[in-house]
Amino acid sequence: MRVDKETVRHIALLARIGVTEQDLDSFGSQISRILENFKLLEEVDTDGVEPTGHSSDLISVSRSDVGQESPSKEDMIANVPVMESDFVRIKRVLEQ
Amino acid sequence: MQSSDLSGITIHKARELLDNHELSSVELTQAFLDRIIEIDPLTRAFVTVTSDFAMEQASRADALIASGKSHSLTGIPMQIKDNICTRDIATTCSSEMLKTFIPPYDSTVTSRLYDNGAILVGKGNLDEFAMGSSTENSAFFSTSNPWDLDRVPGGSSGGPAASVASGECIFAIGSDTGGSIRQPAAFCGVVGLKPSYGLVSRFGLIAFASSLDQIGPLTNDVTDSALVLNVIAGHDYKDSTSLNQNIPDYTRALGSDIRGMRIGVPAEYFGDGIQPEVLESVREALEVFESLGAVIDRISLPHTSYAMAVYYIIAPSEASANLARYDGVKYGYSAVGADTMREALEHTRQYGFGEEVKRRIMLGTYALSAGYYDAYYLKAQKVRTLIRNEIDEAFRKCDILVTPSTPSVAFKLGENADDPLKMYLNDIFTQPANITGIPAISIQGGMADGLPIGLQIMAGRFQEETLLKAAYAYEQETDWHLLRPDL
Repeated sequence: MRVDKETVRHIALLARIGVTEQDLDSFGSQISRILENFKLLEEVDTDGVEPTGHSSDLISVSRSDVGQESPSKEDMIANVPVMESDFVRIKRVLEQ
Repeated sequence: MQSSDLSGITIHKARELLDNHELSSVELTQAFLDRIIEIDPLTRAFVTVTSDFAMEQASRADALIASGKSHSLTGIPMQIKDNICTRDIATTCSSEMLKTFIPPYDSTVTSRLYDNGAILVGKGNLDEFAMGSSTENSAFFSTSNPWDLDRVPGGSSGGPAASVASGECIFAIGSDTGGSIRQPAAFCGVVGLKPSYGLVSRFGLIAFASSLDQIGPLTNDVTDSALVLNVIAGHDYKDSTSLNQNIPDYTRALGSDIRGMRIGVPAEYFGDGIQPEVLESVREALEVFESLGAVIDRISLPHTSYAMAVYYIIAPSEASANLARYDGVKYGYSAVGADTMREALEHTRQYGFGEEVKRRIMLGTYALSAGYYDAYYLKAQKVRTLIRNEIDEAFRKCDILVTPSTPSVAFKLGENADDPLKMYLNDIFTQPANITGIPAISIQGGMADGLPIGLQIMAGRFQEETLLKAAYAYEQETDWHLLRPDL
């Protein structure tokens, strides 16, 4: 199936990836070609087959509710690109 | 010690030298650091070289050895792939996005290796975020294959494979999501092991596709592979998918008889498009196994042909979720000049990620999006069940499966760079082990035109002892693993 420009634009929006007009063309044709290759899955009869999300047989894992040592606040914010005093600075979220 | 003497030295050989006080870890480590200065301008296997840290670790290792308290890896120089966190040492994923990222913690694997006394000489180059089969997708530079510098080392663990093959370290740690340890191991002529899913903790491995990712060793021989696995395997409460079970001493399986071992040879791994020399090497390997008393059983795994499609739906889908965290707010690259948060996000991800990473995020987002989820993601998960059932069935009859690791030997730099789909075909033989969670190893099984050929062995889930036993038996009968590139 052919992924058109508008679909690529929509996917890029969902993925929050900025794209140029040229990207729309190249991603569109590359993704179309890859999807073409996925078509062969249609020939597999999967009626009544349960999906596998994971190869291990684990279902749910819990541990005792005991506090563990955690890294310091200083360590955890050391990589933040833009700080203002003790706060992480971001751009405004509400759009006009 | 001449740094050229080190090429191909194994962990067990170095252990002897260190414990017999014929060599100190400081001398050994210095020799490897010298070798890196000499050789790495050719191979470019390292993103970061950690000389000072390595020499400090080596001094401590020597003190331990002097007091008779050394462990199996004490004083042994290693490289770790640059998508595995090392505290206070840059961990970049070979991406602009994480170029400045300094992890505040060690991965569990890193901690275990340090606790055992292993020496970190540096971090290995990879395809950005481990997405690729040639290491050409590194945002920084390509790595060269030590056997032929005009060829790729494979990927995504190209740095780890090239550094072991070129003698820039004694062993390396990689990660394998669809073949990223085994394919470069095959291309570079070293041993690459992808353990069973859940055997090695993924805590601190920067996530690509969480249901497929596993960490494993790249080494000069099978004994070294078992030695490293002994250290990194085991339960970790920080990884809820790591299995809580007893870990044996994997070296104890080595050297035992493989008489009567049942070897499955799946027809689907020997079809069209495979280089004739590769097929010939696997045939010869099967003769070696037979001569040791193993029984060859020709089998069929008809769903194998769907594995690539399943992989390229599931892995990008999981990646699109895992890589959503790169927002330019908490760490990593952050675009400047945007007006709103949405714009900042879009610019950060547009310029922080490379082409292949963006392509996979887009593909995964598409496969998970409304209207397509059932046709792609759910369908792939169902076919995954069928592939898994088929593999489980095969291991009821067989102890191991033997196949080629890759359809061809290492290709030229740039040869497949413009065609994503052609590049993806490189991993057709390695992906099924990730999809089903079984262990698989690539060992050197021949040469064609001066380039190594990889032989893949797979075993049932958590049957690493059987896997290593078979690989070791083959290695004892052949000399391929002793060949080293002339650098």
